[in-house]
Amino acid sequence: MSIWEYANPKKFLTTSEKVMPALWVSSAVLISAGLIWGFFFTPDDYRQGSTVKIIFLHVPSALMAINAWFMMLVASLVWVIRRHHVSALAARAAAPIGVVMTVIALITGAFWGQPMWGTWWAWDPRLTSFLVLFLFYLGYIALWEAIDNPDTAADLTSILCLVGSVFAVLSRYAVNFWNQGLHQGASLSLDEKENVHDAFSSPLYVCMAGFALLFLALVLYRTGTEIRARRIKALMARERLEA
Amino acid sequence: MPDLGKYADTVLSAYGASLLLLAALVVLTIWRGRKVRREMETLETRMKRNG
Repeated sequence: MSIWEYANPKKFLTTSEKVMPALWVSSAVLISAGLIWGFFFTPDDYRQGSTVKIIFLHVPSALMAINAWFMMLVASLVWVIRRHHVSALAARAAAPIGVVMTVIALITGAFWGQPMWGTWWAWDPRLTSFLVLFLFYLGYIALWEAIDNPDTAADLTSILCLVGSVFAVLSRYAVNFWNQGLHQGASLSLDEKENVHDAFSSPLYVCMAGFALLFLALVLYRTGTEIRARRIKALMARERLEA
Repeated sequence: MPDLGKYADTVLSAYGASLLLLAALVVLTIWRGRKVRREMETLETRMKRNG
């Protein structure tokens, strides 16, 4: 069995419908458990007080905002190289999820930054690269909507996705590239000195796993919707021809 | 409810806004998915009927 079998829309739909219930349930359980654990059963930070509880939403959403773009990049490359329509539609389906994750990361960051840094926003390398990533998401969605021919739209959005990947990388590593700005370094690290305390990291891992599964469930569901929407267009075109 | 101290508004606002956005994303995704599925089934039935 090859992974390319799932490039067949019918095979993709039947398989994704089988796994989706498990994905919805497990993501809901993990997100609920992680947030309840983090919100109700973790202590306040000695410097940040209770604002540290924002980490359980901020880090997973930022993680998914960046990784959604990389998923779109891989799907776009598959489209460019192998011309599988399902991969182009999967990239299209992931973009609105990426937008929402980016907005959540930006909003929670602003709420967290205000009491800690004394400002809602700063033109810090990581914050700025995240804002540019958000604009790339909007541009990507607008480009899909603006072009009637789906293959041309997939080609052009793939190129945009390649260019935007630079900002997805910058969003992740801006703190390391430019050792300046207000944003702290990685919250989770193999270096024990850098890593947040276990009391915070354990529920954080649960939330991250939940967000990743929710992303997967949403991408599969939305890709199915895109496949059906494309079929509707094809059927209507055929109906018009026959009429 | 844990004691969030002087940052209660900040933390609750961050949680409220995020959960609202996540819920809206899930609801809109499912709503559009069902609508498109219904449309496709209606169209397929009509085309089958018309041969």
